[in-house]
Order: sequence, then structure tokens, then C-alpha cells
Amino acid sequence: MSLRIAVPILLLAIVALLPLVAPWSQVVLTLALAKGLAVLGIVLLLHAGQVSFGHALFFAVAAYSAAFLGEAFAGGELVMMIVLGLGASLFFGLMVGLFVVRYRHIFFGMLNLAFSMIFYSILEKFYHVTGGADGMQVARPTVVGIEMERAGFETLLFYGSLVLCVAVAWCIHRFLSSPIGNMFKTIKTNETRLEYLGISARQTLLVGYVVSAGLCGLGGVLMAVAQGIVTPEYAWWIRSGELVFIAILGGAGSVAGAFVGAIIYEAVRVNAAAFAADVWQMVLGFFLLAIILFASRGLVGLYERLMDRLENKKPTSKETQDGRVPGAAE
Amino acid sequence: MTPDVLLETKGLEINFGGVIAADNVSVEIHAGKNLAIIGPNGAGKTTFLNICTGYTKPNKGSVYFCGREVTQKSPRQITRMGVARAFQIPQLFSEHTALENLLIAAAAREQRWAPFMKLGHIPERDEMMHLLELVNCAHVSDRLVNELPEGQRKLIDIAVALALRPKLLLLDEPTSGVASSEKFGVMDILTRALAEAKVTSVFVEHDMGIVEKYADEVAVWAAGAVQLRGTPQEVLEHPDVIRDVIGEEL
Repeated sequence: MSLRIAVPILLLAIVALLPLVAPWSQVVLTLALAKGLAVLGIVLLLHAGQVSFGHALFFAVAAYSAAFLGEAFAGGELVMMIVLGLGASLFFGLMVGLFVVRYRHIFFGMLNLAFSMIFYSILEKFYHVTGGADGMQVARPTVVGIEMERAGFETLLFYGSLVLCVAVAWCIHRFLSSPIGNMFKTIKTNETRLEYLGISARQTLLVGYVVSAGLCGLGGVLMAVAQGIVTPEYAWWIRSGELVFIAILGGAGSVAGAFVGAIIYEAVRVNAAAFAADVWQMVLGFFLLAIILFASRGLVGLYERLMDRLENKKPTSKETQDGRVPGAAE
Repeated sequence: MTPDVLLETKGLEINFGGVIAADNVSVEIHAGKNLAIIGPNGAGKTTFLNICTGYTKPNKGSVYFCGREVTQKSPRQITRMGVARAFQIPQLFSEHTALENLLIAAAAREQRWAPFMKLGHIPERDEMMHLLELVNCAHVSDRLVNELPEGQRKLIDIAVALALRPKLLLLDEPTSGVASSEKFGVMDILTRALAEAKVTSVFVEHDMGIVEKYADEVAVWAAGAVQLRGTPQEVLEHPDVIRDVIGEEL
């Protein structure tokens, strides 16, 4: 087995086993995986060259759906929460998507922001329904009808999330390799040609947009259940910005990068908040600056470069596409 | 309308802020006859292609393809009916390889939406490799198109259009941006590919040598109207054409 494949498997194994050695890490990792799913939604849109500054909307829609379900059925059922949260985020993704896919770049980003802030205001102002700024409690749900103790539930939630993340990452990887996934990527490079192939760029972007909303929704449900509370902060623009931040940190355009970025971000956030409470955001800011200036393909890009060096291999033409390796053009 | 008329325009009129780009343009394009469009810059040649593909809507007049009116249809709808287009500046997917560009076109033609099928594994792969061979680009099939020289990019752009298996192919200056020494080579390749695909073509061209050698018919555009139409010999020897078009080009 090559090193390039062995290292990710080893990292996955470390993530899976870490809670056995360091129990405190289990909750942190669960939250990181939940965020990683949402970040994957952002990463997907980046493939079409679009950045959304409002995807926390779908994160919050799914989280509140789970909370309402729990409230209506005295605790609720985890599987039902996931199905309902996913369904709600897909539906909202379609509704918002029908509108925003008509726009590109800064207009696309800001319209998403606008929609998310409208939803944020609704969550905050309709306090008799949503609990306002205090949010809603999410009681521990049953799992396929079985009531669980807290410790058992948290362990199950962590490993369930891990399996879900691996499965979803594989699906998204395959989607991006498929004909429709490749058409989706051409929205970044040449919409004119896409239209002249008889394909609607808007419809293609809408497909990817709805999928990305669904990914944020999955992340939102897991986050709601893991934290046991949902607040309007879930839909706040800073949350959306955080998702974009993690996407760039991990490696814009990389499926694995979404989760690597999320885990490192969450680890830094939790530890820095304890050890450097006043400056941790500044530390992250400098880190992002360094990534953008020196490693535009993020942590996964750094890893690829390291592997290339170890294997003493010149980058293939595919890898030169961000222009860092000159001399390939004739 | 005679049965071999593929595309027909009737009384097209359009102007852009006072500049008349189409003034009562009525043209028939016959199946199997390669039509060259010549004329000075600003005569409305590209506008004509834009109207025929639905990119620009005329102020007046109509466009028929295979007897069906397409004037108000979008480029996407007209493409699906069988009109493909190659561009003056190649319109390719710069972050995809040459072969992937063609595979995306083939997937679009065959409507392959299965989300877990790999693009490289679609059944049209061999057909697309053959198409790349036909345009002499098989050796660069796995290169990113933005790394390739302009001549190859032009040919791949045309191959992408041919991948759609169109009935009619509209080419906007297929040899512009190609070194003069390579122009005839490019056109030889192109003519062979068009003949094998049994596609009728309309091409805008400035090089009269190319027009003379490769066109079955020539239409002369000037001030938004068709001034003259005939065989290359008839048109290229016409005194008005020598004065207004060839004289200006040389």
C-alpha cells in the first residue's frame, strides 16, 4: 500500500481510537465532524467557483427541525431527526437555490448571507415559537426506539457520525467524478460552453446547491443533538463565515480537507479558548493568512506536496492548475 | 422551402445603438454544402451566428431550423435540436483535460445523469478518443486544455461541438489565431472531420485562400446585409468583392 493512501487510513484510525485514550476528545470530535459535513457543502460549491456566506441557514433549518421534532414527541428519535433535518434543509436549499442560482460570485455570496440573516431574525424575534435568543433544548433522543444513557449515547453519536462522514465523503467524491459533477465544475470555468452543449448552467448549479444545503443540514442535526441546544447563533453570519474559513484552511476543493480542517479548527478553538482566551481568534487569523499566502490548496495541498516530494515525483498537469507550478504551458 | 434547407432566416433585422448589424437578412443554408461567410469587420457576420444560435434575439425577422421556428429559443434549446457552435476564441473547460472536455460534451448529448458513474467510464469514451484522433489531438488527450497552443485549442473546441453530433456546425473564424503556416493543415483536418461526421458547416473566414479551397458556397456580408452569394469562383472574382472585401483584407 502506498504511503499516500496509508496516511489517511492511519489518521482515520487515530480519530476513531482517540476517544478511547482521551475521553474529553469525543465531544470535540463529534462537533468537528458535524461542522465538517457542513464545510463539505461549502467545498462542493467552491468546485463551481461560488462562495456562500449564508450556508449556516441550512445548518440552522435542520437543527431547529430536530429540536421541534424532539419537542413534539417528548425527546424524539435520532433517525427521524436526521431524516427530517435532511429533508427540511433540502427543501429550503431548493427554495433559496431557485433564487440564488441566477447570480454569481459576490452577488451569490451576499444573497445567501441575506437569506441566512432573515432566518436568523425570524429565529430571534418569534421567541414564543423558537425560544428567541435562548433557543430550544434538544433532549436526548431515542435511537431506533431504544433509550440510552448519556455516555452510551455520546459514544454512539460519535461513531455514527464518523461512519456517516466517511460514507458522505465517498458519495461526494464520486459525485464530483461523475458527468453531472464535472458539468457542475464547469460553472467555474465556462458557462457559455456549457449552455452551448445544451445544458442549463442554472439547473446544474441548483443540483449542487441543493446537495450542499443537504450536507449543511446533516451537520446541523448532529450539532443540535451533540450540543443538546439550538440557538439563533446557528444561522448567524459568523457561523457561515466559519464554514468558509474551515473550507480554505483544509484545502478549498478537497473533500478530505473539509474534515481535516474541521478537526484542526475545533481542536485549536477548544484548546486556545482555554490557554489563550484573548488572542485565539488572532492566532487563527494569522494561520489563515499563512495558508492563503503560502499554501493556497490548504492543509490537504500541503500534504499532497509533501507526498510528491517523498515520492520524488513531479506534479502531474492536473496538479498545476492553480498556477503554482509554472513552465507547464507550451 | 426545399427539403434540403437546413437553416433558413427571413428578414432578420437588428441594430446595436445605431450600428446596423443585420438589415433584412434572408439566407438559406443547404444540407451538405459548406458555406463560407466573408466580409469586412463589423459587417454583422458574428451577429448572424449569434442570432442563429439564439444568443442574440433579432428585432425583426425569424430563424427556422429543419422547418421549425427557433427565433425565440435559447442557445441551449437550439443546441439540443442539432446546431453546434465553435468559437473565434475557443470556449473550453480550462480545468479539464482535452479528453474530459469531449466526454462532458458526450455526456451532455446522451443525458448521462447517473451520479456515481465516473466521467472517464461513460460508454462514449472510445468514440471521443476517435474524435480526438480525427482532429490530430489524441496525443494531448490527458493534458489540461489551457496548457495547449491555440491551434490545438481551436481544434478541440471544434471537436467538442462535433461530439454533440450536430446536423449543422457554425464556426466563427476557425483559423484565426492559428499561425499562417498551419492554417491549411488545420482546415484539412477540419474538413476531413466534418466529412466523416457528415456535418454541414457555416464558417466565417477572413483568409480568401481558405475560402477558395474549402467552401462550396460563399456569402458576402457588408453593412449587415448579404451582398452576394455564389460559388467561390463567382464571388471571389466579382469586382465589388475584390474592391470591398479582398482589397481591405490584403
